[in-house]
Amino acid sequence: MEVGQMQRQWVDYTKSLFLEGLLDGQFLQLQQLQDESNPDFVVEVVSLFFDDSEKLLNDITRALEQPSVDFKKIGAHVHQFKGSSSSVGAQRVKNGCIAFRNFCEEQNIDGCVRCLQQLKQEYYLVKNKLKTLFAMEQQIVAAGGSIPMLEISF
Amino acid sequence: MGMPADSQFHVLAVDDSLIDRKLIERLLKTSSYQVTTVDSGSKALEFLGFYEDDQSNPDSPSVSSNNQQEVDVNLIITDYCMPGMTGYDLLRKIKESSSLKNIPVVIMSSENVPSRINRCLEEGAEEFFLKPVRLSDLNRLRPHIIKTKSKDQNQEIHDEQTSQKSESSEIKQEQQERVHHLHQQLQQSPPPNSNKRKTMEEGLSPDRTRPRYSGITTVV
Repeated sequence: MEVGQMQRQWVDYTKSLFLEGLLDGQFLQLQQLQDESNPDFVVEVVSLFFDDSEKLLNDITRALEQPSVDFKKIGAHVHQFKGSSSSVGAQRVKNGCIAFRNFCEEQNIDGCVRCLQQLKQEYYLVKNKLKTLFAMEQQIVAAGGSIPMLEISF
Repeated sequence: MGMPADSQFHVLAVDDSLIDRKLIERLLKTSSYQVTTVDSGSKALEFLGFYEDDQSNPDSPSVSSNNQQEVDVNLIITDYCMPGMTGYDLLRKIKESSSLKNIPVVIMSSENVPSRINRCLEEGAEEFFLKPVRLSDLNRLRPHIIKTKSKDQNQEIHDEQTSQKSESSEIKQEQQERVHHLHQQLQQSPPPNSNKRKTMEEGLSPDRTRPRYSGITTVV
């Protein structure tokens, strides 16, 4: 595949992630902070997000399985997850956290369990999509091209 | 102390989240600041050479107001919500310390809670940034650094007591204006996910691309 075609595919794919609401403007901020001196900035930050998220999801899962559920602790994990997802622009994960936190405040176990399932789904969806996006970028760079810059105003 | 070149303004960034430290570090470096990041309020105080007796012993000779010039930090930007010492606790410690109180402090928080914002501004914070912090927010840092610098210099010229007296009332007025100004800003900023989506859809077009690296032309 020629480089130009790969780049067009990358643009279309990125666009779809925004239109599906998986990503928001914060992800573009990350892209803007990447330059020649920091060519892997986005991948680095997003990898930290993956590590952090999986640890948090495990912690929340375990906390919800306890005979006496510590809602305060879960709320703190969810708060942290909301912060990290909003820092990378994972919009639907962030929105999932907001809904989750309300159920924590109500001490609603069923609501929390449902929210956790949904949060996992949203997280793994955006993770897979971002991995695909990064793989496309690697292919473009390997073929001697550069990653197009999307200029979107928020 | 002379005014350092812009590129040498040194910012101490405090955040318990590694992701957010990476982010604020990049944001500040992109804006040509020298950056030190730490993961807690207590490490921030350690870095600043702060000791508890700094405040409890105001008469001790080691806390003359000149001490401040030994601290090589022009501004502190801290997260609000941290385990242990919060950003608000850190702010209070800094403003209570005779040697550190002149360093401008900016608070960041993901929650838009007016009472929290007011509390920080009343305690002497210069700005309150909603997270995630954006490049455009950082434009608001430099005036605070410059203002502090020129204030330090004025103080040397003026008779100390008069200048302190007029300054404190000046500060109070400035602070009130700032609280008002920030409120307006926060009220004007759109609620999350309302207008954003629309603007984005309008602006999102594959035609509006440009090569990321200058010098390499890409035809897309």
